[in-house]
Formats: sequence, structure tokens, C-alpha cells
Amino acid sequence: MGSTSAENSNTEGVGRRDLIKRSAALGLISVPTMSFLSACASSDSGSGTKAKAGKKTTKNPLGVNETAPLAVVIFDGGFGTKYATDANAQYKTAYPKAKVNFHATQKIQSELQPKFNGGTPPDLIDNSGAQQMDMGVLVGKKQLTDLTPLLDAPSIDDPSKKVRDTLRPGIVEMGQFDGAPVWIMYYAYTVYGVWYSQTALDKLDATYPETWDAMLALCEKAKKKGMAGWTYAGKYPYYLPFSLYPFIAKIGGREVLDKIDNLEPNAWKDPAVKSAFEAYYELYKKGYILQGTPGIDHIQSQTAWAKGKALFIPNGSWVENESANVIPKDFNLAVSGPTGLDSSDKMPFGTIWASGGEPFIVPAKANNPEGGMEQLRIMLSEASSKNFTSQVKSLTAYNGGTDGITLTPGLKSGVAALEKAGTNVVNPRLQDWYVKLQKEQIGVAGLGEMMAGRLTPAEAIKKIQGYADAAAKDQSIKHYKHQ
Amino acid sequence: MQHGKYRFIVGFLVAPLALYAIFVIWPFVQAIYYSFTDWTGLSPDFKMVGFANYTRMLHDDIFWKSLQHSLLFALLLPLVTLGLALFFAFMLNVGGRRRKGAAITGVRGSGFYKIAYFFPQVLSIAIVSLLFQFAYNPNDGVINGTLKAIGLGSVQPDWLGDPNLALWCVMAVLLWSTVGFFVVLFSAGMASIPKDFYEAALLDGASRATTFFKITLPLLWDTVQSGWVYMGILALGAEAFAAVQIMTVGPGGPDYSTTVLPLYVYQSAFRDANAAYATTIGVALLIVTLLFAAIVMRVGRRERLEF
Repeated sequence: MGSTSAENSNTEGVGRRDLIKRSAALGLISVPTMSFLSACASSDSGSGTKAKAGKKTTKNPLGVNETAPLAVVIFDGGFGTKYATDANAQYKTAYPKAKVNFHATQKIQSELQPKFNGGTPPDLIDNSGAQQMDMGVLVGKKQLTDLTPLLDAPSIDDPSKKVRDTLRPGIVEMGQFDGAPVWIMYYAYTVYGVWYSQTALDKLDATYPETWDAMLALCEKAKKKGMAGWTYAGKYPYYLPFSLYPFIAKIGGREVLDKIDNLEPNAWKDPAVKSAFEAYYELYKKGYILQGTPGIDHIQSQTAWAKGKALFIPNGSWVENESANVIPKDFNLAVSGPTGLDSSDKMPFGTIWASGGEPFIVPAKANNPEGGMEQLRIMLSEASSKNFTSQVKSLTAYNGGTDGITLTPGLKSGVAALEKAGTNVVNPRLQDWYVKLQKEQIGVAGLGEMMAGRLTPAEAIKKIQGYADAAAKDQSIKHYKHQ
Repeated sequence: MQHGKYRFIVGFLVAPLALYAIFVIWPFVQAIYYSFTDWTGLSPDFKMVGFANYTRMLHDDIFWKSLQHSLLFALLLPLVTLGLALFFAFMLNVGGRRRKGAAITGVRGSGFYKIAYFFPQVLSIAIVSLLFQFAYNPNDGVINGTLKAIGLGSVQPDWLGDPNLALWCVMAVLLWSTVGFFVVLFSAGMASIPKDFYEAALLDGASRATTFFKITLPLLWDTVQSGWVYMGILALGAEAFAAVQIMTVGPGGPDYSTTVLPLYVYQSAFRDANAAYATTIGVALLIVTLLFAAIVMRVGRRERLEF
């Protein structure tokens, strides 16, 4: 018969040996995560020798060892790394004998997890970005240094003030989990709320609506002009809470949010939650949500909003930097606390969600924890804070530091919103305490489905309450309570 | 001459076997070991918890959903991909009839088609997923734009935002990106089938379908089987993970409609800081993959044709 190049020595098809070989190859490909995990698994050795603390003086209140090297790992994200290298340079000036090892990365977890497991973490970490390490676990497993000495140290600008007295409201509490120790220092300060274009509102002869009826009327007006009222990051519906949670607090008071954070039974069945859900659902039912919103991601929704296809978007203050290239020059970006329901709301108009971003941690097994804290103290000075704000259009944890620099419209509006809010700043903790519950279950499976019209508010509440109850019962999650 | 043969062979095999044991077998053993602990992945201390992770997994709805989707990927995707690839490859190599000279040839322009089909293979799955994410955009994406252009303006699905469509959207992307590889693979296989067979079939007046089912497919069977296993792995593992992670709502949504096993492993390990549970799901994935390979081998076994 004809000849061919195909080998024909194997007369049995695939034999047993082949099968084993291929199965092994299969496993090798299909379970890379497993082998990765095992590769970095714990070796109990290597609790590195800690640098001896230096002498505490007025210039060196934390007692930094002047010769001990300092290792800093910074998340290289939307804020870049220049603000951190600037602060590093200052540390070097203060402690010229110390060797500073600076490293920037986006892969926080995959680079640092093995070091935590091996007991050789760096001295200061910006634990941020998509690969953020779970803070609850780090705290629960005693991997972090208590930052109380830093907070009680004198501030760089005014030695008569403690660092903790120079911070914005909520920053210290956010770094606590159970009791007094402060595990995390949030460096950036994010204002969450409803973002809009003042120019677009002016064109509609409108001001930002303070009650829900006014909101609906404004959306109707916009709809007649071919504009949607709202859009949101449909693929990541956990952006919705940025305006929904403070809305709930405004209607029912902050206890409602605290109960939700504490995973109390029936916390979601509070009438305030129901009213808020129904109000948002009405946006969907009346067709005020930009068509196709459930299928677009945050960039696409922000772009549609910047192009004037929708009036409002729930977001955080990073949106100004993130969407800088699509926001038109005459946009006049502004942020507001959520529109309330009516005059019977428990909290005044202006109630807003603002809290820390860019969590910095000092590992418990760090070689030079005093150095890590000292670096943070430098970053929390007025000069460093100003440097950060002017570079990346975001506020810092330092209360102030905006005088004398030209504020962008969004930043200016954020500062004004904080002033208006005064003490009415709420700080729901679900997103840093229970990430899965917040993002996947409440966000995607609950709110996302409701806003796409596939769940009624009552069904969404029932579903979310179920998830919250399950999380409360789950023993593999560490549970926290508001103090 | 046979003296010392085994010692000789073993001598050569020691190094590769050791490497294999260290980098392949040992991680598996470790992973299985960790699935019996409460290791978080963020700290070196953990303790044994027996079968707790496994009982948890068996009562975990998300796990079952992921498993169901992964199985659907592994069964359906190879079937459609290989079917299409076989059809294309046949048309490209044997399907043409009306040209002078060669009796057996592909359809007109088959050289160009081959390159066009293979092209998606050059792009990484991450790029492909991003491209399709834009195409699926319900407002200004290509697909809904096309629907509008041909007068179907009232049909504007949310694609990835719709739980009934999202999984199929992801599958379509994987299909698009892998079918070209198999076209080329099968083309190579077909090129090694003796031309006399086709000429004989031609002389007997056999139709294209008959030629395909009586000659091409049986002689290509081994290649098809390997392709099936390969495609199954892609669908169970890396490719499905990347597409779901990049494209879908959540990712894994809307409402868990696209979550797959490797995504769940990833999320448990790197979002929920529950590495032990992740390895447990990984073990389940390993078992599924081995079963898949075994079944394909078993079902696909047949007498090899001599020629």
C-alpha cells in the first residue's frame, strides 16, 4: 500500500504507559496553583535576627537603629511610586548610615507570601492592589506589628502633637481589628460617593438632588434629553455600595451599617435597607440606568459617563486620576454624598463614606520594625502629604496638607464634601473584613442581579441575608465587631 | 551483551526521574497533604484538620456549580472545536474538486485560510479575552453594533451581563481561539494519508461525506484522540480560567453562572486566603482531569488501521 510519513510501529493505539505519561502531564498543567502553593509552603526556619533597637531621642522618638538596613515594598499602582521614593530619600537623609532597599511591584501577594511563610518579610509594605494579602488573616495569624508606638510618637511638623492627632477621622479605627492595637496605617484617604459633572447639571438647570423624588425628577428630565440617569461598573457591582451604604446610613442611622458589618442576624432586614434597595431598584424600573450597564466594566462605565451618556456614577476619588484621559476639560467633576430618601432620614444630607486607602503594614517578623514605622512617620508629615496630593490627586491620612497647592476640580469637590459632612462620615468595613461576602456575594450575586432587574429588592435582601448568615457561621473566617 | 543492561538504563534514568519526582510528584504529595490542614497561605503555622476541607467542599454550592461548568467545558468544547476543525481541515486539504492537475486538493484559497485560521493561536488567551470583552460590550461593542446595522436594533443582549448567555459567550471565545490550532494539526495528519486512497474513492464516485467518514476520520483517529485530550485540558485548566477571570462579571458571574474550578482554586487561595481549601479543590480538579483522560482513552480505543 501507499507509503506515508506517519509512524506505524505502535499497533495498539494508546497504551497504558502512554496513558500514565499523559495523565501526569495533564496534572502538571491543570494544577499549577497547587504546585506553586506547595513550593512556597512553610519552612519553619528563618526567624531572622532582629536588628537591635537604637536609642530613643527627641529626633528619633521610635528608637531606630541607625545602621540597620530598611526594606520597603511598594505597590506600583494608580498612585505610582514616586511619592514613596521621595519619602525614602528623606529617610536616608535622616539616617545616612542605613541602607535602604526599595522595591516596587504589582504582585504583592505572590512576591511576599513566600517571605511571610518563610519568616523573612520586609520592614514596610504597601499591601494594595488586586493582589492584596488578606488583612484579617494576617492579623489573625499574628503576622503584623502593632503601630501604636508610631501613633503615640510626636509628629514631624509639631513635636507637641502626637501623630494620631494629625490624622483624618476614622483612620486609626480602620487600622484596628479587635481591641486597641493598630495593625494598619492607611495612607491615602478616599472619598466615596456619587460622582457627576457640574457642567452637565448646569445644562439641565439642576442642582444636585437632595431627596429621592428630586433625584427621580432629574433622571426623568435627563431621559427626555436622551441621557441616562445612572451607570455603574456592571461587571463589578461592588462599586454600587460606594453610594448605597452611606444612603442606608443616612436613612436609618449608622447603627444599621454597624449591624451589617457585625454580621448580626437580620441586619439586612432593617427597613432602611429595604427603602434604599427599593429606591435604587426604581432607577432600574423607570429605565434610568444606562442601557447595557450590567455587561460593562468599570473603565467602560466611567468612559460612558465621562462622554455624557449618564449623569451619575457611584465611585471613589481615584476616578479623577483613573479617567483623566477621558474626562473632558469643561466637565467640572464633582462628588456628593448620596441623595437621601426624604426629610425623615436620620442623618443629614452630606453624610458620606470616606476612609483610608493604600494600607501600609509593618510585619511582625520584620528585621527593622522601628525603621518601617519611622518611614511612615516621615510620610505622615505635612510636606510628604502635600507631595503625594499634588502628584496623584488624592488626599492622604494627614488631616490638611492641601493649602497652597492647586486642587483639581474633583479633589476640591472631595475636600468640600468632607467639610460638609463634618462628623457624618461613615465607614462600613465589609470590604476589608469580609472580601468574598462584599464583592462576590453581596455585590455580584445580590446587588448586581437586582440592578439588572433579575431580583426584586425583597429577593435580593433575602439572598444577601442568607450569605451574611453563612459568613457569620463559617469558622474558617475570622469575625470582627465594631468597637 | 545483555550483561548490566538494567544498570546501564537506570544510570541514565536517575537524573530525569529525580527531577520528575522533585518537581512533579512531590508538589502533588504536598498539595494533598495541605488539603488536610487549615493552612491560610499567609503564615507558616497551621494544623491538621482531617477531612474538614473535604466535607466543606461537598456541601459547597459554588464548588458544585464550578464543577458542573468545568465538566460542560471539558465535554462540549472539545466536541465542537474538533468537529469544526475536522470539517475545516477536510475542506482545506481534500474538499476541493474542480481544479486541473492534482486530483486531491483543498478548496480555492486554502493556503490563505490556513493562515487565517491559525492566526488567533498567535495571540495569548489574555489578549483574546480582552478583545472579546470589547466586542461583547452591549453599548458600543462590535456584536451589538452589527446587529443594529443589519436591522436587529431591538435585539441587544447584554452578553456577558446575562447569566443565561455568559457561559456560552466564554465558550465561543475559547472555540474561536483554539479551532485554528486543530485545523493545522489535522491538516498535517491528513497530509500523511496516502493519496491513492482518495484517488480510489474518487474513481468510485464517493461523495465528500463518504470520503470523510470512510477514509479521513478513521485514519486520523489517533490525532483526533490526542487533540481531544489536549482540548479537554485547556478547557478544564488554564485557558478556561483566563477567559473567565478576564471577561466575566465578578469574575465568575453574573450570579456564579460562569465560575469554573481553576477560578475557584485561585479565588480561595489568593482572595480568601484559604490555601488549604484551594488545594482541596485542586485535588478535586486533579481527579476530574485524570478521570477525563482515562475515559477519553477508554472510549476512544479502537483497532488501529494498517496501511
